[in-house]
Order: sequence, then structure tokens, then C-alpha cells
Amino acid sequence: MEDNSKGYWSATLGLLGKILVIWFLVSFGAGILFAPLLNGISLGGYPLGFWFAHQGSIYVFIALIFYYGHAMGKIDRQFDVHED
Amino acid sequence: MDLQTTIYLFVGASFALYIGIAIWARAGSTSEFYAAGGSVPPVLNGMATAADWMSAASFISMAGLISNMGYGGGLFLMGWTGGYVLLAMLLAPYLRKFGKFTVPQFIGDRFYSKSASTVAVICLLTASLTYIIGQMTGVGVAFSRFLGVTSEMGIYIGMAIVFAYAVFGGMKGITYTQVAQYCVLIAAYIVPAIFISLQLTGNPIPQLGLGSTMSGTDVSLLAKLDQVVVDLGFGKYTTTTAGSTLNMFVYTMSLMIGTAGLPHVIMRFFTVPTVAAARSSAGWALVFIALLYTTAPAVAAMAKMNLIRTITPGVVMQNTDPYAADSQIKYDERPDWMKRWEKTGLLKFADKNGDGRIQYYNDKSKDEAFKAKAEAAGWKGSELTVNADIIVLANPEIALLPNWVIALVAAGGLAAALSTAAGLLMAISSAVSHDLVKGVFAPDISEKNELLAGKVSMAVAIVVAGYLGLNPPGFAAGTVALAFGIAASSLFPAIMMGIFSKKMNKEGAMAGMLSGLFVTLFYVFAHKGLFFIKGTGFVDMIGGPNAFFGITPEAFGAIGALVNFAVAFAVDKVTKEPPEHIQHMVEAVRIPRGSKAVDGAH
Repeated sequence: MEDNSKGYWSATLGLLGKILVIWFLVSFGAGILFAPLLNGISLGGYPLGFWFAHQGSIYVFIALIFYYGHAMGKIDRQFDVHED
Repeated sequence: MDLQTTIYLFVGASFALYIGIAIWARAGSTSEFYAAGGSVPPVLNGMATAADWMSAASFISMAGLISNMGYGGGLFLMGWTGGYVLLAMLLAPYLRKFGKFTVPQFIGDRFYSKSASTVAVICLLTASLTYIIGQMTGVGVAFSRFLGVTSEMGIYIGMAIVFAYAVFGGMKGITYTQVAQYCVLIAAYIVPAIFISLQLTGNPIPQLGLGSTMSGTDVSLLAKLDQVVVDLGFGKYTTTTAGSTLNMFVYTMSLMIGTAGLPHVIMRFFTVPTVAAARSSAGWALVFIALLYTTAPAVAAMAKMNLIRTITPGVVMQNTDPYAADSQIKYDERPDWMKRWEKTGLLKFADKNGDGRIQYYNDKSKDEAFKAKAEAAGWKGSELTVNADIIVLANPEIALLPNWVIALVAAGGLAAALSTAAGLLMAISSAVSHDLVKGVFAPDISEKNELLAGKVSMAVAIVVAGYLGLNPPGFAAGTVALAFGIAASSLFPAIMMGIFSKKMNKEGAMAGMLSGLFVTLFYVFAHKGLFFIKGTGFVDMIGGPNAFFGITPEAFGAIGALVNFAVAFAVDKVTKEPPEHIQHMVEAVRIPRGSKAVDGAH
């Protein structure tokens, strides 16, 4: 059980790490730090960097939370700690 | 039917609905009063969270701010939504598993200390009270504008309505009322945006309209907007940042952490039945918030375009010379909506060069070439001042939409302010009655008396908020920033360390909270005055405005949070580790199995 709970927690942290990297890249990366570079590319009538800051990052955030809920559900069952 | 009658009808019908729901969902037990019995389905809870979160500021002010700031305004969009990712992954599921009513209770139990819980209560009360003052002021403004009563009368009516459904319904009543309020406010936001997007671009979806070409031209709306604002001496709409890139970065981070740490938002996740529901509920909340937040940039850019097109129609539609003498409209020929808003004082015209036409441009531009052109054209300063707050409210009028749309926007603005005020009152009431009265002063209090204490403290909080709304202590503008700064620098790090570090002890957590709070308040007060009293600022003492790497006080919460983490870990290293049973408790909080309905037992 001790190993099991360690394994569960490190699987959880691994998932959090991955999601936080994407979270950071779309908002602080594409939306702020690299926005001037990305503005050279256009998405429809949007400069890409501007689009990430005003639209895109929000859509990615939503996807991230639902993906997290789904992936955590799988980890819960894998380590047999899910709710009944 | 005339406009005023239509507004009475819409606002009256929406209020009747809220009160009806509150009566239907009366709370009987403390568990229903504080956490709606832990029985709200995730989608509905997401909707209620969205209404709770989106205040008068989101509804009325945000699009106006973005309209003025352009690209830099994206920090509000990213900051106020990105926080939900942190909330969903780092806090919500674990706090739900912990299974208690309030944030201070978690901090008190996890850090095995009444003092830690009391520090958390202080942080919570400061953050929530400062936030609520703005809501009550917003309620007053909206009522006086739309119902034709005085601002004071508006606040009294608002207090009575919130009192009716918050006190009797508790969290259960508030939750279901907020679901209804969400529907009203989102309809009120999106309907005018669809009309305007259709008019400007022919695309009915505002999120796509913003990236489309303008009707009657072959350039994209944003490219056109860039061109016309640059001609008027403003920065390019799609690239102008908020201060420096570093400031925008830190500001966004502060809003994200602050969002995740605001107690009235966290509390919403105590009302869902399971840990898995807490995870998905945050996702649903963000879906409902995103409906407004992705529409806002379209509203902002299109309002800016409409404003400039109103003043210089030829420049926008036929590419005529913006500096030509006859390119601006004559003041006498201005549209009716301008006349209406001039009466409120939020839109002002002063004919500085006496030519009878309206010149609207950036007279603070540092661009020499532009200044030369403006001077050659005989411009003597910008003649039109537009308060950012009127953008959303005046939008339907600018676009000449029918009366029922204007009435709907009125009902939406009120729904946004009332729902947030109710959520904040709930957070305040539970902190006082549950964490202070039951937790510290009278641990043996019966459930019935605790419920009574909760209702009394809510009534007192409404009166205090109403009083401060009537007599704003001169710091209304600084308050929202302070609420976020406090939540970001004190509560968020403490909760996070409580979950993610088994070894964090009470000394570390308390030292962290206090130092994070202190550093943030110090920096904010240096700029805005001690406790926001004008003239007591000491900005020179810290080396001038924005002395810390050019970071503005509004953006400082993230730095406060860093200080909090650093101090907490340093103190934790030199003091003894938490008792065995606390470390086991943290392990139990981390796994979902065994979650039960929330209760208040200490």
C-alpha cells in the first residue's frame, strides 16, 4: 500500500507537470513572450500571437482541465484509489 | 412600449425569478447553508461558479479596458481564465476530499493551529470585503442608470434583494439563483455582440467576426483597426503591451494565482458530490466563463472601430485622409446615443480648437511625425473623453439595436453584480460564524445557533458593504487589485503547500502567509497610500513609482507569492516537522477514495 500511494502520487505529479508546461507555453509563451514573433503568422484575420493572448489560450485552458479530469480518473482506477 | 417600461419589465421579471428560486431552495441544515448539502451536479455548479466569478467588473468594465489597451488587455483574459487550470489541478479536488466548509478551516486543521486559521480568516475578510465594495457601487450605478433612481436608492434596493435570497437560501439558494443569473448575464452579453459582429463583418459569431474582413472592404477588421488607431497617434491595437513585457508577464501571473486563491471561488468546490465532480466542475466553470471572455475581445475591438467610424466615417470606410479638415463629423450632427451619454458625464466633448468638429486622438503621443501632422491639421488636443465603463452598456445603442436588447443588458449587469455580491457574502459569513464563532470563541455552539450566527454575520456584512458602497473610502479603484494581491500572496501558497508538501509545518506556513501579505501590502500602500488614504503614500521611499523592475502595484501579487513560498520553506527548514498524524492526513487528502459529503465537524 505504501508503494502504491507513492506510485499514485508520482503519477499525479507527472501529469500535473505535463499540463503545467502546456499551460505555460500557450499563455506566457505564445501569448506574451513569443507573441511578437508569432504575430508574423496570420490565422484568418488574426495575427497569431494576438490570437493566443485574446482567444487561443482560453480554449487550450478548457481542453487542459477536461483532459486532466479524464487522465486523473484513469490514474485513480489504475492505483485502485477511485471513488465508488 | 417605451424604453423605461421595457427595462422595468426585464429587471422586475429577473428579480422575481431569483427570489422564487431562493424560496424553493431554502436551507434547513448547516451543511445546506454552507455547502448546499454537497449535492450540486458539476455542470450546474460550473454555471454558478461562472456567475459567482464574473462580477460587474467582468461584465461592465473589462471590454472597455481591453478596448483602450488593445493587445495588452489580453492579460485580463488570460489571467482570469488561466487561474482555473491551477484551481482545478492544484486545489479544488484536494480541498473537496478534505471535506470541510471553509478555507480557514483547511488551513487551521492542516497546520494544526488556531492562529494559522485566524490569519487565514483575516486574509479572507480583507480580500472579500474590498471586493464586495466594488460590487455594491456597481449595483448602485447600474440601478441609477437604468431605473432612474438615485445611486443611494439603488444600493438600498440591491442590499434588500441580496439579503432576501442569501440569508434565507444560504449556499443552496445562492447556487441555484446564480445558475439563473448566469443565463441572464450571458444572454445580455452575447446578443448585442452577435448583432454588432453581423453589422461590421457579416459573421454572426463574434469570436470569428474579430478575425474576419470588414463588410464593404477587403481588409481584415484587425488590420483596419491597427491602421486607423495608428493614424490617430495610438499604439498599434494588436501589439501594444501593458507596460513592459515583464510587467505583463507578472501581472498575468498575479491574476492567475489570485483567481485560484480567492475564497469565494474555492468555496464553490465544496458543493459538489465527489472529488471527480470537483475536477470536471472547474472545467465546466471555465467553459461558461469562456463564453463571455472570448466574446469580450470582439466587443472591445468592434466598439473601438464603431467609435472611430462614428467620428470619422470616411476614414474608416473610404480611406480618406484622417487629417483633412472635413474628415471628422460636426459636433451638431453627432448621433443620439452620444447625446444620451453626455448627460451622464461619462462621455465629454470640449471644442478645443473651435472648429465645431470632433477630434479624437492620442494627444499624449510621443511620435514626432504624428505630432507634426496633428499640429499641421490644427488639432489642439483630443476633444472627446470616453469613460471605459460605458463601452458595454452603450454598445447596443451605438449599434442602434432595439429597446429589448438595452433592457436585457441592464438586467445582465445587475445579475453580474448581485451574483458576485452574494457569493462574497457567503464566504464572509462562513468565515465569521464557522471559523471565528464556532472555531475559536464558542466551540460548543449548537447547529441551530451556528446557523443563526451565520445569518446574523451575513446581515452585518451586507450592511457594512452597503455603507462602504454608499461612502466609498476613496479607494474603489485600488480594491480589486488588492483583493487579488492578498489572495495570491497569502492564501494560494499556504493551501498549495498544505497539499503538496507533507513536511510543511505551522511555523513555515504562518511566516509565509504573513510575509507574503506584508510585502504585497507594503508595495501597494507605497503607491496608493497607507490603507488607501490619499497622501500617505511613500512611493519615493522605495525609489519612485514601479521601482521594482517596473512592476506596477496591481501586478505585485505574484512577487508576494514568491516571497511567501521562499520564507515558508526557509522557516520550515529550521523548525521541527509536523506531527505524524498531520502527515497521514495529507496522504489521505491526496487520494480520492473515501470522500464523503462535506460537514463542519472540527
